Amino acid sequence: MTTLNIDHVSRWFGNVVAVNDITMTIGPGVTGLLGPNGAGKSTLINMMGGFLAPSTGSVTLDGKPVWRNEQIYRHIGIVPEREAMYDFLTGREFVVANAELHGLGKKAAQKALATVEMEYAQDRKISTYSKGMRQRVKMASALVHDPSLLLLDEPFNGMDPRQRMQLMDLLRRMGDEGRTVLFSSHILEEVEQLAAHIEVIVAGRHAASGDFRRIRRLMTDRPHRYLVRSSDDRALASALIADPSTAGIEVDLAEGALRIQAVDFGRFTALLPQVARDHGIRLLTVSPSDESLESVFSYLVAA
Amino acid sequence: MYDPTVARLTYRALLGRRRALILGALPILLIMISAAVRTFSGADDQVAADVLGGFALATMVPIIGVIAGTGAIGPEIDDGSVVYLLSKPVKRPTIIFTKLIVAIAVTMVFSAVPTLVAGLILNGNGQQIALAYTVAALVASIAYAALFLLLGTVTRHAVIFGLVYALVWEALFGSLVPGARTLSVQQWALAVAHKVAGGDLVTSDVGLSTAVILLAAVTAGATWYAGQKLRTLKLAGEE
Repeated sequence: MTTLNIDHVSRWFGNVVAVNDITMTIGPGVTGLLGPNGAGKSTLINMMGGFLAPSTGSVTLDGKPVWRNEQIYRHIGIVPEREAMYDFLTGREFVVANAELHGLGKKAAQKALATVEMEYAQDRKISTYSKGMRQRVKMASALVHDPSLLLLDEPFNGMDPRQRMQLMDLLRRMGDEGRTVLFSSHILEEVEQLAAHIEVIVAGRHAASGDFRRIRRLMTDRPHRYLVRSSDDRALASALIADPSTAGIEVDLAEGALRIQAVDFGRFTALLPQVARDHGIRLLTVSPSDESLESVFSYLVAA
Repeated sequence: MYDPTVARLTYRALLGRRRALILGALPILLIMISAAVRTFSGADDQVAADVLGGFALATMVPIIGVIAGTGAIGPEIDDGSVVYLLSKPVKRPTIIFTKLIVAIAVTMVFSAVPTLVAGLILNGNGQQIALAYTVAALVASIAYAALFLLLGTVTRHAVIFGLVYALVWEALFGSLVPGARTLSVQQWALAVAHKVAGGDLVTSDVGLSTAVILLAAVTAGATWYAGQKLRTLKLAGEE
């Protein structure tokens, strides 16, 4: 059982605070590190992987420090986000080299290549690989020493749906085997499909932590804002405000539209067309005004 | 202290097609110049010393050193692939030491060997000139490789800084400002060469013992510091 402890970790670069006082514990199973781009996920993963010293706080793996401790890599497998990986080698040569650096041999390399189903292309130069193939060879190089902790930085970036599914199956399997698997992503659906447990980072802060369903509920139950244009805005407004699914309506004269804040997402989306039909009002525009991931995240931070 | 896998990866990166061409160009030029000089002016000890001192040791050896020394680690740090070495239970000084050995070997092969060949062509090792400059190139290879390997770990512009040092400091300042010569790998190597050749054809502004101490200190210091830098290397591409 491997547990990664992040204890009051902050990291700043000059005046910029990239990670702000984060405390979390990552245990066995698959954990998703979710956050918009630029939230500090990579900085945090770099600190988890021992490539960056925390400005304050500590990162430990089963009690042992990760920073400046080469021996810790006997237990950690890392799949970096960056593409570069000795393109002049073949896939097999690359994974064998990674095995040798762990004091292992060709057998371990071959097993890792089989795990990621890359044996068919193992003798081709890495420079000829597609993004998905690179990702799988990177996985093989990270798995070659059978690590108990696997860190993956944006592993699904640029992968096609089939490759994505394959990698998800693989990571799920790793989690089921009792390994501690942590991957970062800025895409909600990716995390939803793979991780039961998630940690949300927004603007360098730890915004939410726990079971995915609970956080998902928080996300869907949050007040939703809509911009609605209709043939009779005021009549529509008065009809909608009578229902408890609506918390507030503003008549935006400049825009010639209604700004509606709904509290019960499911109920409101059913109610709106029904009310319009009952009152003979034509809906011209219905657009959610805060569906960006950033606004979802900032809502979570406030919650 | 030496890791054969790190060495293999470094050799393959260094001797990749494009870099090997660059590494091979100067030695070929040196040998062509030597052949032309020999053809047109015959075997002349002074001319041999001028060509080997002026071109081989002053220009070719440091440039080869820059390419091999910075190339042994710089590109890996730049593109981030060094992460595959750093995420292993391999001591960082071992990585640096191994890369240093590779950089030294490559610099020696591409600078000392052609220096010897050129010397033999120029005057058939008369007055031990070919041998003296070959020894100088071997000695300089060690110090240059260590210096430029360090540069490769501390700056992304290692090649530029390396060339500035090699060409501006060693070649230009060295010939204009006497004091600069004391702090010049080339002069230290020449001190060793002077000991081999004897006579006045190969001379140095630095005494042999000073030269040997400085060579050892620079090589050891640069290697140690590069190991320390690698221990706390921040990988590029962070937010």
